[in-house]
Amino acid sequence: MDATTIINNLKSEEYFINMGPQHPATHGVLRLLLTIDGEIIKKVEPDLGYIHRSIEKICEHDSYQQIVHLTDRMDYLSAHINNEAVCLTVENALQLEVPDRVKVIRTIIAELTRIASHTLWWGVMGMDVGALTTYFYGFRDRELINDIFEETCGARLTMNYNVPGGLMFDIHPNFVKRVKEFIAHFKTKLPEYDTLLTGNIIFQKRMKGIGVLTKEDAIAFGASGPVGRGSGYSCDVRKHHIYSAYDKVTFNEVLKTEGDTFARYQVRIQEMWESMSIIEQLIDNIPEGSYKATTDAVIKLPAGEYYQKVETARGELGVFIISTGTKNPYRLKFRSPGFSNLSLLNHIAVGGKIGDLVATMATLDLVIPDIDR
Amino acid sequence: MYIAMNITKNIHEWLLAILPETAASIVEMTLIALVYLAFFAIAGLFLVLLERKVAAWFQLRLGPNRVGFHGLMQTIADALKLVSKELTVTIKADKFLYNLAPYFVIVTALMALSLFPFSKELQAFDINIGIFFLIAISSIGVIGILLAGWSSNNKFAMIGAMRSGVQTISYELSVGLSLMTMVLMTGSLQLSEIVEVQKHGWLIVQGHIPAIIAFMIYMIAGTAETNRAPFDLVEAESELGAGFHTEYSGMKFAYFFLAEFINMFIISAIATTVFFGGYLSPFGITESIPLLGVFWFLAKTLVLIFLMMWFRWTFPRLRIDQLLVLEWKYLLPLNLMNLVLMALIVLLKLTIKF
Repeated sequence: MDATTIINNLKSEEYFINMGPQHPATHGVLRLLLTIDGEIIKKVEPDLGYIHRSIEKICEHDSYQQIVHLTDRMDYLSAHINNEAVCLTVENALQLEVPDRVKVIRTIIAELTRIASHTLWWGVMGMDVGALTTYFYGFRDRELINDIFEETCGARLTMNYNVPGGLMFDIHPNFVKRVKEFIAHFKTKLPEYDTLLTGNIIFQKRMKGIGVLTKEDAIAFGASGPVGRGSGYSCDVRKHHIYSAYDKVTFNEVLKTEGDTFARYQVRIQEMWESMSIIEQLIDNIPEGSYKATTDAVIKLPAGEYYQKVETARGELGVFIISTGTKNPYRLKFRSPGFSNLSLLNHIAVGGKIGDLVATMATLDLVIPDIDR
Repeated sequence: MYIAMNITKNIHEWLLAILPETAASIVEMTLIALVYLAFFAIAGLFLVLLERKVAAWFQLRLGPNRVGFHGLMQTIADALKLVSKELTVTIKADKFLYNLAPYFVIVTALMALSLFPFSKELQAFDINIGIFFLIAISSIGVIGILLAGWSSNNKFAMIGAMRSGVQTISYELSVGLSLMTMVLMTGSLQLSEIVEVQKHGWLIVQGHIPAIIAFMIYMIAGTAETNRAPFDLVEAESELGAGFHTEYSGMKFAYFFLAEFINMFIISAIATTVFFGGYLSPFGITESIPLLGVFWFLAKTLVLIFLMMWFRWTFPRLRIDQLLVLEWKYLLPLNLMNLVLMALIVLLKLTIKF
């Protein structure tokens, strides 16, 4: 027997390992059933449901104003954008014209949310590949955004700043000044991210060429957000289905064609620069006017089916409402970006090592309450 | 046993006066062991605190600052907490090996500690195969880690233990070979003699290019030997939870934890002794006061420990296959070439001596 036959005949036993629901790399209560051969992943089965709160069912008993509050608890890192999605759906159904001021403020806060979400992702991503210091750098900058949110609407995470028809109240007088201060600060701090982690040779060797997702697969699995764009799939809702004030600004859709974890990483870092540019274009041009269009105290949508999608920090969030003309939706469905992105995991992580699985999972940027709802 | 400091000499004579010779030497050994045990505990606690403070400086935080002056008592409080905690055992664990494992790790760390010349006359155990003994002893520690991972009957711990075995066996080659490179210059394995040779300049200066290469290889391999980041695959918390000591609690966990820090001290202390002149002061400025040797030895060691902490809090972790590629494809061939280069330099008398 020659050497290759001997190696091929050396069969080690595959074993099963339960990663989660409490595991540092799953960031919440995701449970992965792993089949492993030594260090090599043979199969990944995500097991969901540990934080299922039946939000969609609860929505069927709530008025449209109340539904907005529930969406905070889905993807809590894009709370504002989730609220916006429901509000936009209701406004479109009512064919309500919201003031320009509302659109601009919503867009600015949505982009701030995106930066906050990406900085947190960056910190945690570094931690997943073993660089613990990134976590604190990410949080240093995220805290400043949360401070702005706190001053604007009183909450740091679950904001509830949107109501159907506009905003709950006008922006704080300091808002413009503080956002400008933050942008000036973050422009000096974002390059630090690159010097600390992106340029590191160990990091690049860890990230390049693993978890490769082709463009065809990205489309087939319904990947969206930075995951899709890292594979060269142009899927930015802000570009293709313009909503709010995105028609007033010019920005690039960040596309990478490699499709590996490093491409997804670079897309997110680049998106932070784009978000800053969007905020800079809008922050000096907030139109005067009312912060809320007048709506009925009890909103009743005309009977029919309504769909609206927005781009959260994780990808495409869709809201589908079936109304029978009453004050509650007959059925409400959220198309969450995390769920589709998680379905990729088995496809792209098989064949890698345990360390690759963790790095791949980190660049999918999973938020478990968003997946389970 | 080589004891010549005045205090120890006095104790030695006093003991001989009141006890028969065998009993006196047993009492002496016990006393020395107790001193080392105390040093071990204090050094371990201090290094844990230092690590937390250094980590905090790197991470824009303050670090522990509540217990005692600037948090000085923090690790003592932590140690007290760990002592008072329950020692849990998993039901299907192999109890004998499970309980034995921490002692392998801690005893080997303690044994290695006894070899270092802290100053000219302050050395417990000066044998003529010093370096060889150090390398041999430090390899035994991995048995403890393997046993811990295997006996606790936990798959994550098992993966951690297997990684540890692979990693330590590979990187031991580099540690050994880089030290052998230096031994070519000293011509002796005895630690006290290695230091004496450096009266004409530290070995890293004497051996210039190959010595610097050897030092770099030694620090990389030494970091891997202690299972610290960027080579902390053994306990990679984002992959394996806590790795091989997942199932350990209380003082048994503390043993592993302290041993890691003592091992870091040992790796740095070897580097100090072999590359940076051990207890010798720079340019011989304080040679007239031999006791200051302790200061120089600890100061140099602390600088190297800081270097290792710097690695840990800046670098991401390697993957297991990259770890092995680094050792077998890069460090080992480089090391062998370096060994030949050093042999040539010693043969042609190209070393720099003051």
